[in-house]
Amino acid sequence: MNGIHDLGGMHGHGPINPPPVEPVFKHDWERRIFALFIGAFGGGHYNVDEFRHAIERMDPAHYLLGSYYEHWLHAIETLLLEKGVVTREELDRTMATLKGGH
Amino acid sequence: MSHDHDHTDPPADIELRVKALESVLAEKGLIDTGALDELIDIYENKIGPRNGARVVAKAWTDPDYKQRLLSDATAAIKELGFSGVQGEDMVVVENTPDVHNMIVCTLCSCYPWPTLGLPPAWFKSAPYRSRVVIDPRGVLKEFGISLSDEKEVRVWDSSAELRYLVLPERPAGTDGWHEDRLVDLVTRDSMIGVGFPKSSADLHQQAGA
Repeated sequence: MNGIHDLGGMHGHGPINPPPVEPVFKHDWERRIFALFIGAFGGGHYNVDEFRHAIERMDPAHYLLGSYYEHWLHAIETLLLEKGVVTREELDRTMATLKGGH
Repeated sequence: MSHDHDHTDPPADIELRVKALESVLAEKGLIDTGALDELIDIYENKIGPRNGARVVAKAWTDPDYKQRLLSDATAAIKELGFSGVQGEDMVVVENTPDVHNMIVCTLCSCYPWPTLGLPPAWFKSAPYRSRVVIDPRGVLKEFGISLSDEKEVRVWDSSAELRYLVLPERPAGTDGWHEDRLVDLVTRDSMIGVGFPKSSADLHQQAGA
């Protein structure tokens, strides 16, 4: 599959700018997504190939603009929704409740 | 009017989306939040390039181990206890006076977690992934490294399961050093191939003052 993820050899992505030191996770939500990935994987809800494929199926513009762990969240949501483990309605309702709580 | 969507930043609701997903899964009993916290602690604080450094230092001091490492890296690394997720199928590539190796995952972010920990952000970013396979010397310059034209550069692109680790050259002036001391010279970047190990002088400088 030669989707947008297949970046090898592409021009125009700019400098790398590696920082001398950086944290493992930049934001707390990145930590949670990382753990959710392993948690749901460990629960047998998808395998690594399905997970990669869910990222590779992303809208190309969204892929390039999205941050790394955002790709992961997108993939976990996509797979769990497709497999009926969670529903859109459950996620939306919970988000609304969490929002209301603030 | 403010911009509703600044695409260079994570979306404002991402935190909420993560919380909602975690909370729905926890309600259904599909994840154990305590276990997730433990996982985060392991990958954030316990597994890191120090593991890979032990592998390299052992290979520098034990020729038999180095042979095993180069012929069956997965088994040799397991001898030291560093196996598991994202390290199931390992290949170690050796730097020599004639050859410099670099690793990348052009398709995503494949990286040997048990030996190096989680990858730095730049390793997963479009600039590194796109360019290292067509302009490795240019990429190395960005990391402050200039290789002689005679040196061959080999770039290894990780595939679905295979993970690479670079065995850097042992720094000069470290003859007779014990393995434990050599470990301190091995940097994460030297095992990705975008850096060299520290020199014995670097170590003295660090310890000095």
